[in-house]
Amino acid sequence: MNLLAQSGYPFALVVSALLLLALFWLLRTQRLREKYSVLWFAVIVGVVVLTFIPAITGWLTALAGVTTPINLVFILAFLVLLVVCIQLSIEISTLEESARTVAEEVALLRLELERRTGKPQSLPGQETDVRQPHTDESPAS
Amino acid sequence: MLVIIPAWNEEATLAAVVEETRAALLAGNVLADILVVDDGSDDATGGVAEASGALVAHLPVNLGVGAAMRTGYRYAQRLGYAVTVQVDADGQHNPADIPALLRALAEGADIVIGARVAGDGAFVARGPRRWAMSLLSGTISRIAHTRLTDTTSGFKACGPRAIELFARSYPAEYLGDTVESLVVAARSHLVLREVGVVMRPRAGGQPSHGPARSAAFLGRAVLALGLALTRPRPELRGEPYRRYEELGA
Repeated sequence: MNLLAQSGYPFALVVSALLLLALFWLLRTQRLREKYSVLWFAVIVGVVVLTFIPAITGWLTALAGVTTPINLVFILAFLVLLVVCIQLSIEISTLEESARTVAEEVALLRLELERRTGKPQSLPGQETDVRQPHTDESPAS
Repeated sequence: MLVIIPAWNEEATLAAVVEETRAALLAGNVLADILVVDDGSDDATGGVAEASGALVAHLPVNLGVGAAMRTGYRYAQRLGYAVTVQVDADGQHNPADIPALLRALAEGADIVIGARVAGDGAFVARGPRRWAMSLLSGTISRIAHTRLTDTTSGFKACGPRAIELFARSYPAEYLGDTVESLVVAARSHLVLREVGVVMRPRAGGQPSHGPARSAAFLGRAVLALGLALTRPRPELRGEPYRRYEELGA
């Protein structure tokens, strides 16, 4: 009990619990897609496990050849954040590509609509004779 | 055949370019439609394009020249145009050269580049920019099995196979509209050729030629080239590949 009172465990537990609640809330209100929440759940579970069994850090430190356990924790935290950043960049690139494709499609549909509703028809094999450029007065024959 | 003019904030020059292109097509006795792709311009480019009588595709937001070109190629492919020519909206390409590009295309090429050569308004580059351009030309010449001198030209004619390829995968990265598109085409075994054309000075705006910018251009060009060369090869559908050797040229 004394150990708990003097350590950072309660603090870590409270923080983890708050994060978990926040994640659930975001998911419930559909502000976070489930596929992105998996990673964060994994991180929180990792923090909780380390909080309850801090000895794990010691074993891992020995395994990785790091002298101070806390440094290993820092390195792991940095790595997790780095991976999350890269993952988000990938998602943004994918989004940009789909936005681009959608915008191109919109432009082509608008052109198609304008062609069908008003402007003279123009198709391969029956290209507009450049000697008679499109004008509003002369409808396509 | 379809002339594709990508335009972003080119209200000053666009009308003249469309008019001149139409006149050149008339003079060369070429039947063609002109498609202006308005790349989300902030100025009156869209309206100018509509008024010019060309077909106009309005991209709702600015997406870059790569997306504008892919829109053009998608339109060409969807409607079945067999030939496209892309012309810059700033007036630096002379549409009078289009028939020369088409002749080279008819001789069995998939892509014909209008390469800037000496003449009125000749394109002279020095320092890092020149190194970058010769590096690009040298590398692409090697993989395309033909001598190319100007791989950053935006003046290009494309046949059906190139249209099909570009409609699916026109690169959107930096230099994608010129360098990478050629790399993609060459790696898909399309036949590249070039025809010398005289570039005119831009009707508006000055190209950047400072040493720092040139050095940056070199760096980005090397990066773009490296990425383009190591990217997975796009699949070419349709006809089997025509190898350079089979042309007997």
